[in-house]
Amino acid sequence: MKKKKINNLLTVIMITLAGIFILFPLYILVSTALKSPEDMMKSTLALPTIFRFDNFTEAIKLTNFFGAFTNSAVITCVSVVFIIISNSMVAYAIARNQSIKYFNLLYYYFLSAMFVPFQIIMLPLVKQVSSLQLDNVPGIIILYIIYGLPINTFLYVGYLKSLPKSLEEAATIDGATIWQVFFRIIFPLLKPINATVGILAFLGCWNDFMLPLVILSKPEQATLSLVQYIFQGQFSTNYNLSFASYLLALLPIIIVYVFAQRFIISGVTNGAIKQ
Amino acid sequence: MTIPAVILFFTFHTLPLIKGIFYSFTDWNGYGDWKFIGIKNFINVVQDDTIRNAYGFTFKFAIVTTIIVNVISLAIAIALNSSIKFKNTLRAIFFFPNVLGVLIVGYIFNYVFAHLLPQLGDALNISFLSSNILGNPSLAWLGIVFVASWQSIAFNTIIYLSGLQTIDQDIYEASDIDGANKWQTFMKITFPLIAPFFTINMVLSMKGSLNVFDQIVAMTGGGPGNATQSITYVIYHFGFSGGNFAYQSANAVIFFIVVVSISLFQMKVLAKREVDL
Repeated sequence: MKKKKINNLLTVIMITLAGIFILFPLYILVSTALKSPEDMMKSTLALPTIFRFDNFTEAIKLTNFFGAFTNSAVITCVSVVFIIISNSMVAYAIARNQSIKYFNLLYYYFLSAMFVPFQIIMLPLVKQVSSLQLDNVPGIIILYIIYGLPINTFLYVGYLKSLPKSLEEAATIDGATIWQVFFRIIFPLLKPINATVGILAFLGCWNDFMLPLVILSKPEQATLSLVQYIFQGQFSTNYNLSFASYLLALLPIIIVYVFAQRFIISGVTNGAIKQ
Repeated sequence: MTIPAVILFFTFHTLPLIKGIFYSFTDWNGYGDWKFIGIKNFINVVQDDTIRNAYGFTFKFAIVTTIIVNVISLAIAIALNSSIKFKNTLRAIFFFPNVLGVLIVGYIFNYVFAHLLPQLGDALNISFLSSNILGNPSLAWLGIVFVASWQSIAFNTIIYLSGLQTIDQDIYEASDIDGANKWQTFMKITFPLIAPFFTINMVLSMKGSLNVFDQIVAMTGGGPGNATQSITYVIYHFGFSGGNFAYQSANAVIFFIVVVSISLFQMKVLAKREVDL
């Protein structure tokens, strides 16, 4: 079993790489966010001499952090829940009726939309959305749910095809309606793929910048990413303030990642490989 | 049950797409009257220096980023797949950049390029680092390549890693007995066996890099001058603020065709390669 021998040199190289390229930028982020401007003058790299939590209170006040956090959280959570429920229903209808021309066409209709870059629909979309007065939080949620359809139909249909139909048939014979079949039998069976779809949608909505930038017209509806963009000018050269704000904006996802990294990594991997 | 989904999808996706294509044949500036002008927009887009420059930057950026990302992430994946300590922790650390918002990461590296690297350059006497590379028209694109790679490597590494884990360890023992060296093992066994994962990564990173936008907004705003204006940035910037609605729609239509052709071409070539191996 010589293969099992731990390769110490490689371990050291990988730890060094991780340290320099990934943990060091994080150290800069955290230490700058905690420093006072005077500390910064002495050295940009050293640890702060005193932890200046005022940076955070100032950043929270200036950027209306809790407002932006609420917007991001509401947009992400509502979108993810509705994406999972509605997109799986659509995919179920398609997957079980693919012999019917309409559903088969529908499948390729959604699939082909994956190739359309957002930029080509962006300009007309913004006009249309604002004329419908959907340039707000509910509007952006609707858009996320709709734009989830292409990729999620693909993921769900692929998974549904692997599920045996006998269970549904038995339930139908017992007199279950199509809704009962879906919610009592199919939906629980979709758990693994729901997790994948949910994780991808969560990361996508939470970190998205472009759609909030062009859709959300009122500053009080801005998401965490958008807020950083809006306040760039006011941060000016106060890097301690801006970094405190960046750290606050990244903190929720960092916390989620620390606790759920295994789950997130497997979700993202599954989603990509099935493409 | 699918009908509401179709109506909504048509209204918010297909309809804007049709409108975009429709307006690209007009002279509409976003409000007021318009008339058909045929393919004049398309002729002008092809001859437009700003747009040509954007294509130059975007392709240079996308090709270099795709190569760097795939080489490095494959190397990291192989290292993470071999017998080393703290495997799972290292995997979690290397994937970490992927979950962070692109815009904020861009802002953080902005500071690194503007302040930390010049200090390091001064201290070590490396003249090329001693000024902010994002302020240098011929080097700024490299800064964006770095930040984009930093995040994409995280994603691609995980995909390669899951590819490597599908390979049966017995094959390696067999090649070991046959006396293959490490390089031969990689070229003849590992690489062919992860070909499908190579295809996914090449297509996704190329597509992602061609659409580069957030990094540009965060780091250079298209500057210095117009050195780092990507196509998506040009469409956004001039389409919304420049009153060139119809003109940028034509630009977007051409860009759409380019992206689809490249993706299809890549898939065809790489899928053929998978079969050949």
